[in-house]
Amino acid sequence: MVRLEGVGLQYRPAGTSRTAEDVLRGLSFSIPEGGFRWLLGPSGAGKTSLLRLLHLAVRPTSGRLTVMGTDIGQTERRALPALRRRIGMVFQDFRLLPHLSAYDNIALPLRIGGRPEGQIRADVTETLRWVGLDKKALSLPAQLSGGEQQRVAIARAVVGRPALLLADEPTGNLDDAQAERLMVMLNELNRLGTTVIVATHNDALVARHPGAALRLDNGRLLARG
Amino acid sequence: MARNPLRPARFDDLGLRRALGDRMLPLLVAAMAFLAALALAGVVGVRALAAHWQEGAGAALTVQVPRPAGQEGGKTRLDHVLAMLRDAPGVASARPLSEGELAELLRPWLGAGADRVAIPLPGVIAVRLIPGAADTEALAARLAGAVPGTLTESHDVWVQRLGLLAGSLQACAWLALAVVAAVAAAVVAIATTAGLAARREAIEIVHGLGATDGYIAGRFAGRVTGLAAAGGLLGALAALPALLALARLAAPFAAARPGADPSGLALPAPLWLALPALPLAAATIGFLAAQGTVRRWLRRLP
Repeated sequence: MVRLEGVGLQYRPAGTSRTAEDVLRGLSFSIPEGGFRWLLGPSGAGKTSLLRLLHLAVRPTSGRLTVMGTDIGQTERRALPALRRRIGMVFQDFRLLPHLSAYDNIALPLRIGGRPEGQIRADVTETLRWVGLDKKALSLPAQLSGGEQQRVAIARAVVGRPALLLADEPTGNLDDAQAERLMVMLNELNRLGTTVIVATHNDALVARHPGAALRLDNGRLLARG
Repeated sequence: MARNPLRPARFDDLGLRRALGDRMLPLLVAAMAFLAALALAGVVGVRALAAHWQEGAGAALTVQVPRPAGQEGGKTRLDHVLAMLRDAPGVASARPLSEGELAELLRPWLGAGADRVAIPLPGVIAVRLIPGAADTEALAARLAGAVPGTLTESHDVWVQRLGLLAGSLQACAWLALAVVAAVAAAVVAIATTAGLAARREAIEIVHGLGATDGYIAGRFAGRVTGLAAAGGLLGALAALPALLALARLAAPFAAARPGADPSGLALPAPLWLALPALPLAAATIGFLAAQGTVRRWLRRLP
């Protein structure tokens, strides 16, 4: 599903002559289809950068990254959107569209994928129920609590039944009970065959749900497994 | 419920209804369309006037016969020339001007007593030609050979000069039209770039959800095309009264055309076709400029 061979990532600050900064260095690991990984490490270790790489929001500056059988460094730009539609991403800051209702935010990936409206209504309604927001379908993000917004973000990430689900600190705005509920949902998706990668520094959560982990520090992989 | 809120009626995922407002862009495009309508009127008007002049002057010839009453080959010199003209190929009619008509022609120069002036006046024959069928130069040579002193004056030179002037005016009008179209495209590109900047975050989100460049460019182009078409319509409607007024002013110059509408509400047929084409042209320019701008901008995203 995901394979990294000596992958490095540099951010070159735009418009400056500063030398590029290495945010990820020499990452090599692979995750099989249907696998689950915690992505652990202190703030600034490169967790978000790694998720951006896997979400195809940036391309590796060195090494080889293969996602769902496609070599991301080599493939043409116009081949990437179709690949992205098979990847669900839960952002730390949700990244909901503020002028769209919860329903329309969740429907967005399906509409972008050109699904028929009847199927969209069925899938979105079901997903809203699944995250417990069926009463808030028409609320705008600003009218929802932080936890509710996060659940909308999760619903948007999973509504298209992605093959790969990436989540960046998905429990950051949730209390323990909600975080538990989220983990149950993620485990359920994982059991149904979705490859899941969850970045967190919530150690208690990891302790309650032990699983394989990738540990990052200063852009390097410390441990795997 | 008036509208099913779960239906994507006018679904605006990128929030473009606010990012690309419905005031500034249509008004600017309307101004461009108004200028385009004036330029088009210039093209059409100059072409019609040039055709009219050419039709009138190109088919006419003036023949002067000095000492018209003198004898040549058993007839007066005037009759001799007249007979030759009437037999010549390509001549529709040849008519000697009466002394009264001649005096009328000379009056601006010689005053009311022109017919009593003691200058020997030549006989003047007004000739109408069948357009394209007469060889004026050969005809002039034959007339001068048979009746010495006969002068044949063709209006070709004036027609050529008028044609050149009309051609230059038309080229200027076409150039103005091209500049207006280019400015309209630039206005659309600037508005689209502003919209892209205002909606950068939404675009990145939608891009991350797997939207293709075509999807995002299509959203922008859809909105911009509608606004530009509205602007084009507005400009065309605003230009209509101005063009009707111009047509009325131009009417005396193109007068005596059969079927001309005396009510003053007449526009040349090509303008009636061009005016409705303005919103279409504005929409096309808007669509192409928006698509190009958005696709170029999107290349910065991976």
